[in-house]
Amino acid sequence: MFAPENLRSPLARARGLGSAKSGLHHWWLQRLSSLALIPLTVWFVASLVGLAGTGYETFTAWLGSPVNCTLMILFLGVGLHHADAGMQVVLEDYVASHGLRIGSIILVKLLCYGLAAFGIVSTLIVTFGV
Amino acid sequence: MVEFTLPKNSKPTKGKSYPAPAGAKNVKRFDVYRYDPDTDANPHIDSYDVDMDTCGPMVLDALLKIKDEMDQTLTLRRSCREGICGSCSMNIDGGNTLACLKPIEDCKGAVKVYPLPHMPVIKDLVPDLTHVYAQYTSIEPWMKTDTPPPSSGERLQSPEEREKLDGLWECILCFCCSTSCPSYWWNGDRYLGPAILLQAARWINDSRDEATGERLDNLEDPFRLYRCHTIMNCTNTCPKGLNPAKAIADIKMKLVERAG
Repeated sequence: MFAPENLRSPLARARGLGSAKSGLHHWWLQRLSSLALIPLTVWFVASLVGLAGTGYETFTAWLGSPVNCTLMILFLGVGLHHADAGMQVVLEDYVASHGLRIGSIILVKLLCYGLAAFGIVSTLIVTFGV
Repeated sequence: MVEFTLPKNSKPTKGKSYPAPAGAKNVKRFDVYRYDPDTDANPHIDSYDVDMDTCGPMVLDALLKIKDEMDQTLTLRRSCREGICGSCSMNIDGGNTLACLKPIEDCKGAVKVYPLPHMPVIKDLVPDLTHVYAQYTSIEPWMKTDTPPPSSGERLQSPEEREKLDGLWECILCFCCSTSCPSYWWNGDRYLGPAILLQAARWINDSRDEATGERLDNLEDPFRLYRCHTIMNCTNTCPKGLNPAKAIADIKMKLVERAG
C-alpha cells in the first residue's frame, strides 16, 4: 500500500502466508444447510402453529413420534450449524484483529454447538420420557 | 474493525470555486475531489463551472478541459480516451466507471468526481494501485505448461475452448469492480477482489494451461476467494459490461467439481 507498515515487497505482502487450502468445505456446508433449512423451517413453523393453544400432553405426544423427533433433531443440528457457519463469515468480514476474530469465532462455536447439544438431549428426554 | 466513517484527516472540506468564462450560456458544474500530499490539509472539493458549448461529451473531456483551461494543478490518469486502457477509472456520480466512457448528460445536477473508493490516494484522482497489481502478480497471470510447445510453434485450441475465454479476456484491469466491492474494502489486504479473481478464472478456463489444479489450490482460501458474498456491485459497475461475479462463481463450482 501507499504507506507500507513494513519493508516487505508488495508481492510478499500480497502473497502473505499463502493459501489456507481450505474454505470449500465450510462454504459448501453453508449452502447445503441453507437448502435443508427450507423444508425444516416450514415444518417447524407449521407444527408450532398447529400446536398453539394445545397442552403439555399434546406436545409431548407430538414430539414422541419418531418422525417429529427426527425432524426436530435435524432442525436443531442443521439450524445451529448454519448459524455458526454464518456468524463465522460475518466475524471474518468485519473483525480485523486476528485475536478478537478467533476469540469471537470460538465463543460462537461453543454457544451454537452447546445449544444444539442441549436442544437435542432435551428432545430425546421428552421423546423417551426419561 | 470495519471503518464506517472516514478518518479525521481524510474528511473532505469545501474548496475553491472556479466560475465559467463570461458569456457562457450552457454551464455544468463539476465537483472534484482534490488532495495534495505536499500539505497537511484535508482533501477538499473544488467546484468548476464548465462551458459545455466548448466541451466534449464525456466526463474525461470536461476534466481535461478543466486541466487545460481552468486549473492546471488537477491530477488524473488518462491515456487512450476510448475505454481500452483502463487508466481513467474513478468514481463519478456515485458509481465507479471510466471517465472517458461516461457521458456528462447522464449525470443529473453537478457531476461529482472522486477517486476510486477505499484506496490510498496519491494525489487528487490518482489512487495507489501497488497492492492490487501485486495481487495480480500473485495469481501468475501467464500460461504455465510442462509440455514443450509443438513443432508448429502454436498450442492449438478449438473454437469451443476459445469461447470459454470470452467475457474474461476483455478485462482491462481498471479496478472499478474491486474498488466497488465492500468485501474488498474491508479485507482487501487478503481478499483478491473481483478483478483479480476474474483474471484467475481467465487462466483456469484456458484449455492450453497445464496448471489448473495448482491455480485452484492457490485460490482455495477463506480470504482470497470466499470473501465474495455475491454482492454483485462488481458486475453492476463494470464499464466493459463483464460479469466478475459469475467468474468467481465458476471458480467456486470448479472447486466443488474437484472435491467430488
